[in-house]
Amino acid sequence: MATKVVMEALSPTMEEGRLVKWNKSEGDQIKTGDVLAEVETDKAVMELVARGDGVLRKRLANEGDASPVGTLLAVIAAPDENIDSIVGSAGAGATAGSAQAAQAGGAPTQSGAPNQAVAETKEAPAKSPVPQAPKQSQGEASTPPQQKSGGPSGAAPSPPPRPAPRPPAGPSAAKGNGASHPAAGTDGRRRSSPLARRLASDRGIQLGSIQGTGPGGRIVKRDIENAKAAGTAAGRSAAAERLATEGDFKDVALTQIRKTIAKRLTESNGPIPTFFLTAEFDATRAAEMRKQLAEMGDEYKASFNDIVIKAVALALAEHPEVNAHWLGDKIRQFNRIHVAMAVAIEDGLITPVLFDADRMTLWDISAKARDLAGRARERKLMPEEYTGSTFSVSNLGMFGIDQFTAIINPPEAGILAIGGVEEKPIVVDGQLEIRQRMRVTMSCDHRVIDGATGAKFLQTVRRYIENPLSLLI
Amino acid sequence: MPVMTYRDALTQALREELQRDDRVFLMGEEVAQYNGAYKVSKGLLDEFGPMRIVDTPITELGFAGVGVGAAMVGLRPIVEFMTWNFALLALDEVVNAAAKMLYMSGGQFKMPMVFRGPNGAALQLAAQHSQAWESWLAHIPGLKVLTPGTPADAKGLLKSAIRDDNPVVFLEGEMLYNTKGEVPEGEHVVPIGVAELKREGDHCSLITHGKMVLVAMKVADDLAKEGINIDVVDLRTVRPMDVEAISRSVQKTNRAVVLEEGWEICGMGSQVVDFIQRECFDDLDAPVLRVHQEEVPMPYAKNLERAAKPDAAKAVKAIKKVMYLD
Repeated sequence: MATKVVMEALSPTMEEGRLVKWNKSEGDQIKTGDVLAEVETDKAVMELVARGDGVLRKRLANEGDASPVGTLLAVIAAPDENIDSIVGSAGAGATAGSAQAAQAGGAPTQSGAPNQAVAETKEAPAKSPVPQAPKQSQGEASTPPQQKSGGPSGAAPSPPPRPAPRPPAGPSAAKGNGASHPAAGTDGRRRSSPLARRLASDRGIQLGSIQGTGPGGRIVKRDIENAKAAGTAAGRSAAAERLATEGDFKDVALTQIRKTIAKRLTESNGPIPTFFLTAEFDATRAAEMRKQLAEMGDEYKASFNDIVIKAVALALAEHPEVNAHWLGDKIRQFNRIHVAMAVAIEDGLITPVLFDADRMTLWDISAKARDLAGRARERKLMPEEYTGSTFSVSNLGMFGIDQFTAIINPPEAGILAIGGVEEKPIVVDGQLEIRQRMRVTMSCDHRVIDGATGAKFLQTVRRYIENPLSLLI
Repeated sequence: MPVMTYRDALTQALREELQRDDRVFLMGEEVAQYNGAYKVSKGLLDEFGPMRIVDTPITELGFAGVGVGAAMVGLRPIVEFMTWNFALLALDEVVNAAAKMLYMSGGQFKMPMVFRGPNGAALQLAAQHSQAWESWLAHIPGLKVLTPGTPADAKGLLKSAIRDDNPVVFLEGEMLYNTKGEVPEGEHVVPIGVAELKREGDHCSLITHGKMVLVAMKVADDLAKEGINIDVVDLRTVRPMDVEAISRSVQKTNRAVVLEEGWEICGMGSQVVDFIQRECFDDLDAPVLRVHQEEVPMPYAKNLERAAKPDAAKAVKAIKKVMYLD
């Protein structure tokens, strides 16, 4: 059976070792206990001994190489044994090596000293980070004794195998572990480092819009920089300014029950405790209106999407509790209504914003939406055109989707997913009728919106959609 | 520039200052005929004679007091303790006499003296003789506390200490005496209270002093292999501390780890962290971490001693933690 030679932890604090010298060459006959190589630890040069018999088939490390503990350094095997799979796994050798180290430590070997620690052979004064005590002062009471080659340190057990060392990560490389951390601490507070807060404030970035990647979801410098790298900084700055205008919003302090709801539901359902409300609207009159508008001429044309956006904007004006951001320590309800619409682009999607949509006419919305969607597909939007929204709408009706759920765009509290308009048989006043129907699903952040709140908002949207003339006033 | 040991750099500073000012004299156990327990005073008895290189009995409190008296009448004594572990017996003279004399005499008595000797752990000297005392001494208003980590700083700071009109505590290290480095010839004076950036990097500040400077340099080397470049801030003087140098570095890197030889509670690092939280609060991207001796009397057993001491691997781990890399 082949024996893997790994970088062993030769001192309690050793994390990696430098292979100073190979004492055996490939092809040499090896017996358990033979000194294969000399390894420099953080403290001394130590011997790396064979844990099995055979031929040194392959050396995988060169003299001078530093390797983390657990790295596969060589393979000992019978002369004719196939070791390709072991050598091939050298890249992933850490895990295998650790397992081997554990095996070597636990299984009796021919030397009969299974757990014996490797003998420390000599100190390395020149290379040791800690210099030796002065030799001139021999005989002095306080002179530290010179350390001689110690025998085996008794029956000290081999250090436990280390888990597979991670590949070194560059300092600037943010680790993709954001998902494993909740965005907020367990108390619902969004944690951030002082530096991150300062940088965010300098750049006009809202911390609430950022996912923290530090411990416990702490927002740290790299998260702010990544937010900037995503090309949103300038836009956020302008948008944040727009959203931060005094009097344009109302901050609502969190009551105890609201805090508890936020905390409990976050624990239950991930960073944003989302629930979904689905409703089916009658779009027959809206469809008729569309048709009539189209007949009036191209400049009066409006899509279902435009109609929904207008309806949503007007409904938001009546329900500020839905037109809100979750800011961790408070809820911010906006007096102005900036509706984002999801637009599919070649390799993703983007959400251009219709600012003050409630004050736009249906035709303004129609023209602006067409312009934004067109430029979005050409990737010509300015950052300030796709940030700063207070609520979002996503429409997949044109793809033949009846109904779907959309993902909330934090820190917004909700998003409305619009399905396609289709004819359905419906009972109206006891009679079966064919009507144009449209299904919508609202995703709600339960920390901000409760079920009844969302339902009332949808009632209002329904009122507008089903009485579309009100959208033209 | 000549390369010499920390020991020889100290000897050179002593010799030059003894030559420069005949009020300067050295006393302590074995400093004269035996050439010093660690040979720092080698050859000085022959050159300057027994009036200026004075062997004392094994009476730390006694000869420290003699030094205080000598300073009061205008001499500039250098009192050598064989180790600071033995100097505990003399702390009454250091703390109550030397440190307070100028103040309590209403400015009538200056105290131009130096208390020097090795500090901290060497190898297997066990619990009573392996202690780092700088935080005790730096606690005292009236004392200046110097902790050179390199031969050049040893020479430059010892010259400053001898020329200072106040009592200066000068902490060396058994493990430092044999280390080598470039040392400027002649008039090389390192100002008291000025830190030095021994290594420059952007990713983290490693703040340290004394013997741990060498460990910090190894940490910097190890991390550089992984693409992590750190500032190594060598305080050199722990009282007064160069807060500006600390702030400059931390404001650049946004992260700090403090490495010291002593224990955690009320250690030197506690003070560094306090300065950092005050001066750099808005610059911090992570809590400041400390690397120090484990909270036990220093074990004699070699493996336990190794585990108890702060080392490069522990510092690397702390740095990766404040960089959110682990």
